[in-house]
Amino acid sequence: MSAAPAEVDLPKSADNPVSDKPWVTIVWNDPVNLMSYVTYVFQTVFGYAKPKAEKLMLDVHHKGRAVVSSGARESMERDAETLHGFGLWATVSHDK
Amino acid sequence: MARFRASQGGVTARFGAAQARIVRDLVSQVAELLGADPETETDEGHGANGSAGQDLEAGFGLTDATEAPRDPVLARLLPDAYRDDPEAAGEFRRYTELSLRDGKVAAARTVLGTLPARGGRIRLSQPDAEAWLRALNDVRLALGVRLGVTDDFEEVGNGINPADPRAAYVWVYHWLAYLQESLVEALS
Repeated sequence: MSAAPAEVDLPKSADNPVSDKPWVTIVWNDPVNLMSYVTYVFQTVFGYAKPKAEKLMLDVHHKGRAVVSSGARESMERDAETLHGFGLWATVSHDK
Repeated sequence: MARFRASQGGVTARFGAAQARIVRDLVSQVAELLGADPETETDEGHGANGSAGQDLEAGFGLTDATEAPRDPVLARLLPDAYRDDPEAAGEFRRYTELSLRDGKVAAARTVLGTLPARGGRIRLSQPDAEAWLRALNDVRLALGVRLGVTDDFEEVGNGINPADPRAAYVWVYHWLAYLQESLVEALS
């Protein structure tokens, strides 16, 4: 898709043991994955409607990354694992 | 060139023999890189030569690996799930990497099992088509790493000398993008 991912300064989980901020799954931009495929994956994995899936895909494309889901750490890890299965570059972190 | 079209209950495409050979060859290479003999149905994709301890861990879906693979293609196919927390990334990898590898090998086997080496018209069910989509994407990710693909699609391969053996794969990379795009459209 487009430019290299922006560097982000994410808080270490150990520094925020009682943080009530939700966990998030982030998808990072990648020069190989097709835009249509990324949209399709967001629709398939999260059941998002096409406009929402396309908006997220364009955020990844233009901003270098996008938060695609949020919630409990375990569900974010499941989402990341599923996205890795589709070849997307996904990570888990605490929301900022 | 082969392209997918929607058909009742799935998708269809016609492959020439050379196109079928290229797809089968690249899909097999990715599966082998992931540790499987893609032609062997009984292989679980964990590699056959692990020690008893490794086999036991494989039975629970655990792996010893806590670091990203050194091979850049494998590192892209099996990425870290935490960017700035090696410990969490290692723990995640320990619990997920084997099933991730297995899923990718299974998708590769679906391609090899539905695309005859001589080519011809193939029909895929929806689940098989989705496996194809993931397998084609893994092949493109692997080629992308080997070809040093950057954000400018048009410039893929510009830095590669024509005498470089990789040069032949530049058009393959473009063709596979076309093929995958047609499959996404057929499934949408």
